[in-house]
Amino acid sequence: MWMNPAVLALIVGGILACIAAGYGARLGIAILPNWNLTSGSERQLAMERKTYLASALLGWVMMFEFLSLFMFVHTADHLHDLFVGAMCAAGTLTVNAYGYPALILKILNAVLCGLWVLINHADTRAPDYPLIRVKYTAVLIIAALSVMEIGLQLGYWMHLDPNVITSCCGTLFSTDRQTLAGDLAHLPPVGTMMVFFASLVGVVGMALWFYRTGRGAGVLAVMSGWFFILALISILSFISVYIYQLPTHHCPFCLLQREYGYIGYPLYVSLFIGGIAGMGIGLLNRFKEIDSLTEVIPQMQHRLCLTVLIGFALFGTIAVYPILFSDFRLIGY
Amino acid sequence: MIELTDISKTFHAGKPNAFMALEGITLSLPLGRMTVFAGPSGSGKTTLLSIIGGMARPTTGRIRIGDLEITSLSERFLSDLRRNRFGFIFQDYHLIRGITVLENVMLPAYPSGPVHRDLKKRALKLLESVQIEDKARSPVEWLSGGEQQRVAIARALINHPETIIADEPTAHLDTDLAGAFLKIMTGLVESGKTVLIGSHDPLVVEWKGVHRVIRLRDGRIVEEKMEANLPCG
Amino acid sequence: MKWIQRQKYFLDFTLSSLLRRKGKHLSLLVVYTLIVFLLGSVMLFAGAVRKTAVDVLTDGPEMTVQRIIAGRHDFIPLQYIEPIQKIRGVRTVRPRLWGYHFHPASGANYTLMAAPDFEYGPDQVIVGAGVVRSWSGIAEDRLYLVGFDGRAHLLKIVETLDSGVDLAAADLILMSASTFRDITGVPEGYAADLAVEIRNPRECATIAEKVVRLFPETRPILKSEILRTYAAVFDWRSGYVVVLLAGSVLAFFIFAWDRAVGLSAEERGEIGVLRAVGWDVSDILILKWWEGGVVSLTAFFLGMIGAYFHVFLASAPLFAHALKGWAVLYPELHLYPDPNPYEIGALFFLTVVPFGFVTLIPAWKAAVTDPVSVMR
Repeated sequence: MWMNPAVLALIVGGILACIAAGYGARLGIAILPNWNLTSGSERQLAMERKTYLASALLGWVMMFEFLSLFMFVHTADHLHDLFVGAMCAAGTLTVNAYGYPALILKILNAVLCGLWVLINHADTRAPDYPLIRVKYTAVLIIAALSVMEIGLQLGYWMHLDPNVITSCCGTLFSTDRQTLAGDLAHLPPVGTMMVFFASLVGVVGMALWFYRTGRGAGVLAVMSGWFFILALISILSFISVYIYQLPTHHCPFCLLQREYGYIGYPLYVSLFIGGIAGMGIGLLNRFKEIDSLTEVIPQMQHRLCLTVLIGFALFGTIAVYPILFSDFRLIGY
Repeated sequence: MIELTDISKTFHAGKPNAFMALEGITLSLPLGRMTVFAGPSGSGKTTLLSIIGGMARPTTGRIRIGDLEITSLSERFLSDLRRNRFGFIFQDYHLIRGITVLENVMLPAYPSGPVHRDLKKRALKLLESVQIEDKARSPVEWLSGGEQQRVAIARALINHPETIIADEPTAHLDTDLAGAFLKIMTGLVESGKTVLIGSHDPLVVEWKGVHRVIRLRDGRIVEEKMEANLPCG
Repeated sequence: MKWIQRQKYFLDFTLSSLLRRKGKHLSLLVVYTLIVFLLGSVMLFAGAVRKTAVDVLTDGPEMTVQRIIAGRHDFIPLQYIEPIQKIRGVRTVRPRLWGYHFHPASGANYTLMAAPDFEYGPDQVIVGAGVVRSWSGIAEDRLYLVGFDGRAHLLKIVETLDSGVDLAAADLILMSASTFRDITGVPEGYAADLAVEIRNPRECATIAEKVVRLFPETRPILKSEILRTYAAVFDWRSGYVVVLLAGSVLAFFIFAWDRAVGLSAEERGEIGVLRAVGWDVSDILILKWWEGGVVSLTAFFLGMIGAYFHVFLASAPLFAHALKGWAVLYPELHLYPDPNPYEIGALFFLTVVPFGFVTLIPAWKAAVTDPVSVMR
């Protein structure tokens, strides 16, 4: 089923991303044992210049990972009418065992690339490359994950056989089926809503506190990470239901479609930005003690904290709006 | 104070065509003075100036500018250093053709992202100070050599540098224009800037505003001369 | 805000440097636009045809029952209607009469079909727009055709179908059942196939099974199967054309790479000057990023607009034959624009994303120009 323009584009892009991350990894392997900033040797100079290439390549990989995440879902959605019973991306992704693992790995990769770009930014703001080792170790991991990701994607596309009967999003996330997604959708909406709102208030409150005092970076990061995952679960459990105004429709993908005004884009983008910024605050906090970063990191954390506030506030607004302003009431169904 | 300790620079190290451009240079250059590095071509003037200006790194040795050790700075910080602390005037002026005089002057400030209105005002004022403000909107290729050099001076000053580095600035100028250039440089020294010139033009070496002449040959300092009649810090 | 101001300066400088080297960038832009145009046309066309086909079929019956004898499609006896009707979940069973007629003078195959409640009289027909256009020798709204037994029939056109659902209806000639049997010789008591309406579409598979058990020589075809087949065929076809175009796309990327690598001495000198006066490698990379961005977006929009006009206003004259592959008769197709994020995204991923990758390394090579180069 690879003979489809979008699938071809995703495969080619994924291979290019592997090449880019792989090149970064190779550079890391060359740099780590030989790095010596006090040397003015031509080799050191060449390595330093190559770090710019690595940054640019990884920047490209990050952009690709984010854009292709949405493209992947859109392609799966487009292909849904090839499969009996599949009504949107949710159904297409269950056609074989590679679909959801590929998607989850893509999300993980996008988040990791986002965090990498933050570390890289901190590193370039210091005069002595203090994070070079951390950075290139992380590139090795990203490269490995990119290879895994394209492997899973190839597995998914190649094994996409249009005759398999699949479940549509109505049955995959329907509450009478024993699957993990079904279990998540089955979470009692009232309880989930309460945990969600408590966490939203908690994470925003923590971010405000951090913004004013600069303390509690680790807690904020953990809370952001927790909220990121909880928000994805909540989209399954009740946010999507309120947006669709259908008590049985728990699909996280249809939000990205025209029928719902592409509301999924601002929803997911704000969640990703807030989540990555929040986790980034904690990650950067580990390097605060390094001499050349003592000024840079608090500055960055301050800005990231503002990003967390804006991101999660926007996400919260989009999620809460239909709950407050539509006639639809989930409670009671 | 710019301090150089035991600077040497080898090109193509470890290869058959290895060549030592500088060898064991130790110097301290007080601020607010005009210093000329004199010597024939190939004596290492240009290499020395580019190492002081953060364009190249020495193979061995250390450089301090004020209390900042620049030898082991990252590329990015060397770029910042060049942009914020130094102004360069090149032998061939190296203005960018096809854009206006004003844009050429503003160019070095772009990466700092200053407010456009302020930057433009600053650039026009600098052009006025080198008496070329009437050409601000012309493309640089319409200018004569002397005018181009004045644009280059304005460009070198746009980021308020402490130090001006000029490499063979009088090579393409007649005596009058060279004199005018040196007058501008003297004016800059009087306003507190440090001026470093690399030149083998006797006109420059003997110019009355020069505080110190350092002669180089084959990458080594062979003679230093202070102007006795001028106070030296 | 400093950041925005910085980007404004860089963008400004990029635009002026693009204008200064118009010739170099113009050829790249033209080829780039052409590539976007070609790929965009393929995708918009396949998407629109797929959508049209799906729209046409949506109104069709849930299930069609054909009779197969010796592996070939044969006429189905009307006695089969009754037992199928009795299967639980079946709403209606309707016999359909249709077939093909080859008209030697225009060299085309037309679809003859008997409309269930045809309101006009015998020897009167409703035709698709394509028939009127292609039938050579229409005189006074009359079609002249030879029946199965050699007798000539003169059919009067009383109505022409509008071309909204042209793909399926263009070659259609609608008539009453008796006229149909008269021309084609299909005996009374037989139909081409049976259209079965089903109450709950989810029961289709079960009902199909029961039909086969009742009449083992029949073949039930589900609407969802047809839809799936069409969707797969058009996806496959557009993918195929994209693969065929892969050579030219690759050539384009090599061209773009070559362009990006081959810096003129002047351009290299300029970058050296910028580096010397304090621009960082990353600043030059941003400059190059803007340059690629401006060229890419211009090409993408121009190519996309071109493809849109090509497909939706000019009906894709360049690709129609490769993608439609319908019958001998190509109906004139008026497609309705339905660009969606999927198609635009796929096009973006096939062109702009790899372009960014391909020009990245050359941009870096240019950006690490040694600032000392201007001192020498």
